[in-house]
Amino acid sequence: MANLQVNGQARAYDGDPSMPLLWYLRDELAMTGTKFGCGVGLCGVCTVHLNGEAVRSCQVQMSEAAGKSVTTIEGLHPKHEHPVQVAWRDIGVPQCGYCQTGQIMNAAALLAKKPAPTDAEITAAMAGNLCRCGCYPRIHAAIRAAAKGA
Amino acid sequence: MTELKPHSKITIANVSRRGLLKGVAATGSLVLAAQLPGAKGAFAAYPTGAQSMPNGVVTNPKVFVSIGGDGIVSIVAARAEMGTGAARTALPMIVAEELDADWARVRVVQSPGDEKTYGNQDTDGSRSVRHFIQPMRQCGAAARKMLEQAAAKKWGVPEGEVEAQLHEVVHKPTGRKLGYGELAADAAALPVPADDQIKLKDASAFRYIGKGTVRITDIVDITIGKATYGQDVVLPGMKFAVIARPPVVGGKVASLDATAAMKVPGVEKIVRLEPKPAPAKFAPLGGVAVIAKNTWAALKGREALKITWDDGPNKVYDSKAYKAELEASIRKPGKVERNEGDVDQALAAAAKVITAEYYAPHIAHATMEPPAATARMQGGKWEVWAPVQSPGGARDDVAAAVGVKPEELTLHTTLLGGGFGRKSKCDFAIEAALLSKEMGGAPVKVVWTREDDIQHGFYHTVTAERFEAGLDAANKVIAWRHRSAAPSFMANFVPDPKHPGDIELGMGWVDSPFNVPNIRMESGEAQSHVRVGWFRSVNNVAHAWSIQSFIAELAAQLGRDPKDFLLEMIGPPRIIDVAKSVTTPWWDYGEPAQTFPVDTGRLRRVAELAAEKAEWGKQLPKGQGLGIAAHRSFVSYIATVVHVEVSDKGAISIPRVDTAIDCGFCVHPERVRSQLEGAAVMGLTLAKYGEISFKNGAVEQSNFNDYQLVRIDEAPKETRVYIVDNGIEVPASGVGEPGVPPFAPALCNAIFAATGKRIRRLPIGDQLA
Ligand code: FES
Ligand code: FES
Repeated sequence: MANLQVNGQARAYDGDPSMPLLWYLRDELAMTGTKFGCGVGLCGVCTVHLNGEAVRSCQVQMSEAAGKSVTTIEGLHPKHEHPVQVAWRDIGVPQCGYCQTGQIMNAAALLAKKPAPTDAEITAAMAGNLCRCGCYPRIHAAIRAAAKGA
Repeated sequence: MTELKPHSKITIANVSRRGLLKGVAATGSLVLAAQLPGAKGAFAAYPTGAQSMPNGVVTNPKVFVSIGGDGIVSIVAARAEMGTGAARTALPMIVAEELDADWARVRVVQSPGDEKTYGNQDTDGSRSVRHFIQPMRQCGAAARKMLEQAAAKKWGVPEGEVEAQLHEVVHKPTGRKLGYGELAADAAALPVPADDQIKLKDASAFRYIGKGTVRITDIVDITIGKATYGQDVVLPGMKFAVIARPPVVGGKVASLDATAAMKVPGVEKIVRLEPKPAPAKFAPLGGVAVIAKNTWAALKGREALKITWDDGPNKVYDSKAYKAELEASIRKPGKVERNEGDVDQALAAAAKVITAEYYAPHIAHATMEPPAATARMQGGKWEVWAPVQSPGGARDDVAAAVGVKPEELTLHTTLLGGGFGRKSKCDFAIEAALLSKEMGGAPVKVVWTREDDIQHGFYHTVTAERFEAGLDAANKVIAWRHRSAAPSFMANFVPDPKHPGDIELGMGWVDSPFNVPNIRMESGEAQSHVRVGWFRSVNNVAHAWSIQSFIAELAAQLGRDPKDFLLEMIGPPRIIDVAKSVTTPWWDYGEPAQTFPVDTGRLRRVAELAAEKAEWGKQLPKGQGLGIAAHRSFVSYIATVVHVEVSDKGAISIPRVDTAIDCGFCVHPERVRSQLEGAAVMGLTLAKYGEISFKNGAVEQSNFNDYQLVRIDEAPKETRVYIVDNGIEVPASGVGEPGVPPFAPALCNAIFAATGKRIRRLPIGDQLA
């Protein structure tokens, strides 16, 4: 049995302890804002916050999530107006959009730690998040903009 | 003022809103369907290929508008949204423009797959705006007219005294106003005005078209995790399935032991799926499906399957050996595809002949969203949710696979987490329906993993290209022979086509716009051992890469500036009559040549523009260089200059990309920019890393570890986009795809400028190390 918090809500889980948090969120809780892209930690579309740290939910087993607090895109901001989300809209970052919740979660974690990152820090922090549509210049610009607004 | 020419074939009819638009608020309402039946000469200032698409009305979409009593205007998006912004933003925006609706009060409603009702939905070939700008404008303008008529009637004034203005109709003499919501019910009761009464807006009055200020329809949902892709569909009681597919195309299960798999907690059923013999169109590959209560259990169950495969004849497929086969094929005369003058004689008489060969491997689409689909059957009625580029075509194919009529199956189009041509093929949707059938109609979601996606795709073709250029004593190019061999995607539809079809030939090859008196294109034989599919820009990718690289090679050998030499090869501004010298009727992206001829003036202009903006000729430090390429595709003209820096160790970085596009009239410049920014990244990925290779018939790559995509730290630092400013009278042309082809050659030409090293084989990989 694993007890955890998801977006502030207490949850109990008693299934396979090796199940990745990703599938728990998507299949058991039907919280599909956290995406599946590779399953092996290489793309970042599954990024959530675990006790405030950006993690790849496909690489976190339920046993490791026990006792921890998970924040997903659905719970990033009570009004869905986190500065990163706002900047994403202002700059028109997405194309297909599939990678974007993971990008936003990663960017939000970066800015929580480093409110004024350098360009190099932004690039380094975001290098784990793939975007097949190639929105990288706008991702960078939106993080810059969100950092200014923060 | 742009006047539309009326055409009697078009009927615009009021249709029952209930029948068409389930789920939209149903107070007083207006529904308008533009039915453009059959074809020829639709209501249009200029003809497009929309009129000659297959399937009767595929060129003539019906566009639905409904207005609630609350003034909310609902506009149906009938095509699939995969990230270009065309389907769910640009096209509804065009309707809203002519309707003079307030975009803040517009809702976009996704239609199901149904081409009989909605017209062509095949979102492919960079066609959406090119084919539908005119019908969408017409539809919006007709709706506006009806609202004006309703207001005039209500006030008892002549129609000429009223005017629609941003979501309300104004009585000009008195300033009285009625909102669209107040007029909706009356307008809906009116007959649709005759075509000759419909007036399009003057382009100078546009609020949205051409401005680039309307943000994409799903921007909020995307940023809060509410946007629903195929992978995200959730139904009550839904089961989850993954499939072990045969590693070799055409392979079958020789033996199966599912005992251990059935013991995995949560696994509910194991199902064998039979492959279809080639040509199998978009049929699933077959294999063994594991159906479980969640994806994880299904994955663990699949791992526990013990399967031996009977690989079948495609086991022979080996990329190394096949490369040699293609090279042998282009080293001998092939099937003549285009011929002008006498190439053999000109080459024999040439003072010098320069030859080069190029090779580009298969690549995989690797859409960020791996394929997925969900199906269920209740009371004999099927429903499928799928991220498909061709919702109408997918509906037909899925219905046929489960043995029902298309009318008995509703195909809901979800958002697509990238398409790039992969999701033109609906094998995954068929899988979902077949598995739901096995479960008695219970909802089943088929999830493809990344490994499934990379190992069981419809791959971009593999190609070998050979060029021979004959020069006269004055170093003028007098002969140009280009041989190409690449397995055709037509093998999905016909048995062993051996040579490319008209679509592939027309993708930047037989339409090469060069000013050379003796030209011949020959295709070599190539047999397909895998599912070859179309990948964004299709054969243009390898054609543009090899042709534009070879032109730069000639320039280098002649000591000429590559940009000047490219312009010389393109020659003076003129229209190229491709049709007169080809052996297979010229495809030209399915467009009428009078609307979209091959215009070298436009190609020159983008090349000159990109070069000028990139400060072509500027001095660069050692290890840096500029490269240029220009290419027409999807009836647009595009040129790219890449600035590259190559380190001592051979690492590539790209400080800047300058891309100029002439896409005719530009409907949404901001989205065009985003497409071209993205195309630079995709172009870099395929140039640097893109390779799917086969050994013993099976794909050697598996995930993003060995099929890498460019990341933010290696992407171009800056991509500048210049859009040629055309008026609305210049037909809008393709945007989604044309950005990709010129990138790789511009990069390779820049690498040559920086290092003197010529890339003749993609991907670049470690060739610079
Ligand atoms: S799905 Fe977790 S990193 Fe790709
Ligand atoms: S927006 Fe499509 S993958 Fe990033």
